[in-house]
Amino acid sequence: MGKFTKIATDGLIKENPTLKLVLGTCPTLALTTAAMNGIGMGLAVTFVLICSNVLISLLKKIIPNAIRIPVFVLIIATFVTIVKLALDKFIPSLYDTLGVYLPLIVVNCIILGRAESFASKNPVLDSALDGLFMGLGFTISITLMGLVREFLGSGAVFGITLFDFSIGFFSSSAGAFFTYGVFIALFNYCINKFTRRAKLKKGV
Amino acid sequence: MGTILLIAVTAMFINNFVVVQFLGICPFLGVSKDTKSALGMGIAVTFVMTITCLITYPIYMYVLTPLNLDYLEVIVFIFVIASLVQMIEAVLKKFSPTLYNAMGIYLPLITTNCAVLGVAELVIDAGTASAFGLTEMGLLNSVAYGFFGGIGFTIAIVIMSGLREKLKTTNYNKHLKGFPIAMLTACFIAMAFYVFSMISI
Repeated sequence: MGKFTKIATDGLIKENPTLKLVLGTCPTLALTTAAMNGIGMGLAVTFVLICSNVLISLLKKIIPNAIRIPVFVLIIATFVTIVKLALDKFIPSLYDTLGVYLPLIVVNCIILGRAESFASKNPVLDSALDGLFMGLGFTISITLMGLVREFLGSGAVFGITLFDFSIGFFSSSAGAFFTYGVFIALFNYCINKFTRRAKLKKGV
Repeated sequence: MGTILLIAVTAMFINNFVVVQFLGICPFLGVSKDTKSALGMGIAVTFVMTITCLITYPIYMYVLTPLNLDYLEVIVFIFVIASLVQMIEAVLKKFSPTLYNAMGIYLPLITTNCAVLGVAELVIDAGTASAFGLTEMGLLNSVAYGFFGGIGFTIAIVIMSGLREKLKTTNYNKHLKGFPIAMLTACFIAMAFYVFSMISI
């Protein structure tokens, strides 16, 4: 059980792909204008991440080392195409909002990064869990960021207007960089504080 | 000629690839610590984006669409880009060692740059074409879009590297070190570029 807890905390906190490793920044900045986009994009990435991790973990002994990167990219591109076709058919509104960022999941560094550093070295179940928690870490981070930007930018939460005010800055592209920067800084601050306190407790 | 000019202004400033469309953020943050390498990266990306459009647009329009294989676009594009980057690297190494020295080390990184796959996807998108008053982009306009998009990327990354060089001698809160301060710097560049969105052509 210890190993699974470690995979979970790594994905959600210690190696949070968005806030700690700062990978997959393009969709994070572009799609956090609304919280709903964050959930949609997050789940799409999570699906691709789990599937590619499982497949790569299964094939890790067969894939020749020299051409592993092109093979990984091909596997990822296949799953992205599946997600793209499925969304186009079943949730066309989400397909339109995600737009060009949906095919761009292929070059999302989180997925290739996990394939290279985790799935190609670990057993199938671990890789699947790693994909799940990394994906959830990404989803939670960008949904939270989306909530903040949506609320400050239009006074709405998940598309429902609560207050009649808007700070245009937070809906603009400058607001995206600002919110992301502040989020990383706050996250680092909390982590530092927490680890220092844990260390102090141990010392006493 | 008018369309090309419109594409140039739009791709470089109004819809700047980095700070407005958020494509190619990874190199924008990763390779912007000094101006020299930022410029090298910018030139390499411009080069690859131009050639990518030159190749992927005809493949999509004249091969995939007539064969009803357009759902394969993502897989085909990423393969074209990956092999293209390898090929450019080999050709440059053989025929132009000076150019290779200037941008050689950045080329392998470009395969996973979203700006390159992004531009390949954008030029076949009907939305991009209609923004310029066209039904479809056409080869010349697509290549121009790729080239000027790359120039826009270069402008943004060079400005960013200049600001980050200044930041080295500045004191700020230690929790902002690294990515947060880079994001806040980018925020100011984005605000500067926001002015261009007021232009209506």
